[in-house]
Amino acid sequence: MSNVTTASSTEAKWWGGGKSPFNVEYGKVMMWYFLMSDAFTFGAFLISYGTVRFSTNGWPDPNEVFRSFPFAPEGVHAPLVFVSVMTFILIVSSVTMVLAVHAGKNMDKNGVVRNMIWTIIGGIAFLSCQAWEWNHLFHEGAWWGQNPFINADGTASSTNFTNFFFTITGFHGFHVFSGVVINIIMLIMTLTDKFEQRGHYLMIEKAGLYWHFVDLVWVFVFTCFYLL
Amino acid sequence: MAHTHTAEENKAVIAEIKKVTIILSVLTIVELILGFWMIGMQNAGLKLAIKGSIVILMMAKAFYIVAYFMHLKHELKNLIMTIVVPLALFIWFICAFLSDGNSFRNLRNTYNPYFKEQSTIKVEKKEGAHDEKAIEQK
Repeated sequence: MSNVTTASSTEAKWWGGGKSPFNVEYGKVMMWYFLMSDAFTFGAFLISYGTVRFSTNGWPDPNEVFRSFPFAPEGVHAPLVFVSVMTFILIVSSVTMVLAVHAGKNMDKNGVVRNMIWTIIGGIAFLSCQAWEWNHLFHEGAWWGQNPFINADGTASSTNFTNFFFTITGFHGFHVFSGVVINIIMLIMTLTDKFEQRGHYLMIEKAGLYWHFVDLVWVFVFTCFYLL
Repeated sequence: MAHTHTAEENKAVIAEIKKVTIILSVLTIVELILGFWMIGMQNAGLKLAIKGSIVILMMAKAFYIVAYFMHLKHELKNLIMTIVVPLALFIWFICAFLSDGNSFRNLRNTYNPYFKEQSTIKVEKKEGAHDEKAIEQK
């Protein structure tokens, strides 16, 4: 952080040459650009969902669809409860990821290992929750091309609702899955002293960017499907 | 390349992480309270207002994640601009596509009597597990 403040305190010609105009490492810039393209992919999915929803007269009530909880008695009505658990799991795992990045900046190997393990546990917990929810919805008769839930106003629904739900949460879940795999690789590299030998933990920062992005996308997915 | 923090810088970073964690949790809890409040609500205008507030809270959460967790706020302005400016396209995407969806619905309601009729007929709630339903369809 200190080099940023010194660099921006003078009126510098950033593009005049001889300086790094972004002052971040190449891999990190590329991670940002990848995340930007990924944001457009998710954005396209969510906007098409919104467009279809706006072009339809009725839509299922999310509080009727997502009302169950694991180990809860049959027919329990607990809307928003399970998804709030999932949201908090992802927020907490994002926090432990920040702590891992911070420990990496201090060359604190034990801190990185500890926080990476928590982050991985959080990711796996989220995936398990999602697997349970998908399984539950499947047994209620919901799947791509099949929608057992009627619209909130009591009229017949189309399969748009389930198609978008499974496609978008599935795409997000796949991102979580690859994030967990990346985090496990980072953990192994930390444990085998790869980053100690390199003298920096920049890879943890890049994995961290990806992981926070996954959390960021969930903020939007969660709001669009469960709250609105 | 590695730049280790001093003890004071460390404290400041940890304090910032704690602050953002609390903000994100509070925003999420407020979103959930609004969500619970909306359940079974009949007043369409109020419902729309709540949905608007939820979207604003969502944008606030996104800002805190990107700015602090992803550290973008502490990067150089050059980098911030190359990332944020292209994302401004979303403003156009959302306005254009949602209004297009809305106009398509109005067109169908006006010119497609079948579409209009379907949205007025109440149906029975479909029951049954996945497998039973599949058999039923055959």
